[in-house]
Amino acid sequence: MSAPSSDPNRSTLEHHGHYEPTTGVGKWVDERLPLPRLVYDSFVAYPVPRNLNYFYTFGGILMLMLVCQILTGVFLAMHYVASVDYAFNSVEAIMRDVNYGWLIRYIHMNGASFFFLAVFIHMARGLYYGSYKAPREILWMLGVVILLLMMATAFMGYVLPWGQMSFWGAKVITGFFSAFPVIGVGLQEWLLGGYNVGQDTLNRFYSLHYLLPFMIAGVVILHVWALHVTGQTNPTGVEVKSKQDTLPFTPYATIKDAFALVVFFVVFAYFIFYLPNYLGHPDNYIPADPLKTPAHIVPEWYFLPFYAILRAITFDIGPIDSKLGGVLAMFASIIVLFFLPWLDTSKVRSTNYRPMYKVFFWIFVVNAVFLGWLGSRPAEGIYTPLTQISTFYYFAHFLIVLPILGLVETPKARPQSITEAVLGSAKASGGATATPVGATAAPEKKG
Amino acid sequence: MSTDDKKTDGAENEGRRDFLMIATGAAGAVAVGGLAWPFVASMAPNAKVRAAGQPVTIDVSAVEPGQAITVNWRSAPFFVRRLTEEEQQAAAALTADDMKAYEPVDDRLGGAEGAGEWTVVSASCTHLGCIPSQVEGDGEGWNCPCHGSVFDVAGRILRGPAATNLPLPPYVFASETSLIIGTEEA
Repeated sequence: MSAPSSDPNRSTLEHHGHYEPTTGVGKWVDERLPLPRLVYDSFVAYPVPRNLNYFYTFGGILMLMLVCQILTGVFLAMHYVASVDYAFNSVEAIMRDVNYGWLIRYIHMNGASFFFLAVFIHMARGLYYGSYKAPREILWMLGVVILLLMMATAFMGYVLPWGQMSFWGAKVITGFFSAFPVIGVGLQEWLLGGYNVGQDTLNRFYSLHYLLPFMIAGVVILHVWALHVTGQTNPTGVEVKSKQDTLPFTPYATIKDAFALVVFFVVFAYFIFYLPNYLGHPDNYIPADPLKTPAHIVPEWYFLPFYAILRAITFDIGPIDSKLGGVLAMFASIIVLFFLPWLDTSKVRSTNYRPMYKVFFWIFVVNAVFLGWLGSRPAEGIYTPLTQISTFYYFAHFLIVLPILGLVETPKARPQSITEAVLGSAKASGGATATPVGATAAPEKKG
Repeated sequence: MSTDDKKTDGAENEGRRDFLMIATGAAGAVAVGGLAWPFVASMAPNAKVRAAGQPVTIDVSAVEPGQAITVNWRSAPFFVRRLTEEEQQAAAALTADDMKAYEPVDDRLGGAEGAGEWTVVSASCTHLGCIPSQVEGDGEGWNCPCHGSVFDVAGRILRGPAATNLPLPPYVFASETSLIIGTEEA
């Protein structure tokens, strides 16, 4: 057993077993490109905390969602025509003429929604268990980059069917770039490749919609790499201190991930087969008409909280007019996540041991859902002030609540180790493998 | 190279190497920037789109006072509305108290030889880009069906969520019957 690290923040990631190629071919490959070794070390022998719950399975689910979207997307691209004259009809041809085209398209369409559902749960897990805190700041920030790429990909993908919502959604969203002073209109025309949303816009959105998922895959590799350097967090927030705190990835995490995946995909399949258009807008089955606006332009559900923030700024802020202010607020609502590791001043990771933050966490979740609901309402009447209050709270959570809470809150005593939390202190301290030195320090006092 | 080069100690050489590094880096940055520019520029509106965005000439001889037509320029719709005497008076009677972003009516109307009987404005609501419907009476000119913004006959916002007036495109009347949108010089 290796000596425990002197820095209590560092996990001692001791792998369970080592890769030993048994065949001659295996040995030959291992000496030239040790890819099987990398896979073995990352997904078989890799140590995971023994107390992970089902919220920790969403990373795996998200990986499969990405594969699912890329695969269905590649097949859709074989039949889709990126032309303002044919795009709508080619999508209808996929639905009616292409063998199983309806299935592939419904998987892709609903896959976007379930991708975002999984990523929001994954992020909420990170917020609850303090997964963004040292030493996992870069891991978290890479996650925010993935979120931004996902949002860009989803927005551009929604434009491709060239229905009414596709066109007017693109028009409204790209219209916000014109809010920037001086360069705004030029920037918008450069993004659109024209004076209005049109053929050139559709073509480039198609190109980028195909490209960005592979960039997401690249950042996912960095994300997993960063994860495997620091190790996973766990519901106690106490770092792994000895080998008895962990279990090998296979079979324990593999089976747990697989089970969660099946349950998630059962729900996904229910939507694909029984409610395929439930999450979409009927208006998008009307071909795009640049001279006729749909009565009520709303984005897909996963953009609604951000759309609400965009519309919350109805007043000028100094030299910034309301339109630009809305755009900046919307971008800021994501950018603020990059600074989260430094805005949260508490050293305690898990919300289980933060009685005050636990309340604020749930207020934040309810507020985020409320923001989404407001985003689906028309921008008038009582909805406008409610959206403003809700938007204010969204930012206050990060900029006021988190910095102050860490300074005034008294956390509960945390277990000495993961093993103690799981098996009780008697068994943990009586274990023959001995508790390493780092675990005996009172973790709630650690700097 | 002089023989001095061989005698110089490491520190002087480091200075030279730094200079070479910076010079190479700078040249590389210029090369990358120069190479990137064609790709960035390729995304701007192409020649065909720009050609189609040239000023358009519209024959307005058939538009009687009280009527409006919708025309396209740069694939965006514009209202061309010929005002009646009453509508012109109603627009002139509105003051800064009646609207959010007051502009004098003379700045909003146009026509040949300075006659102010035409309203030429963008047909996209300044709120979220919907196309307002034409209405008449009470000094109102357009009513947006999406979120209820109301504009006067000169395209000025009276009430509703929109914050700014319908923008004026560059335009000029070449004659009584010929309107050019896209330029201010006939």
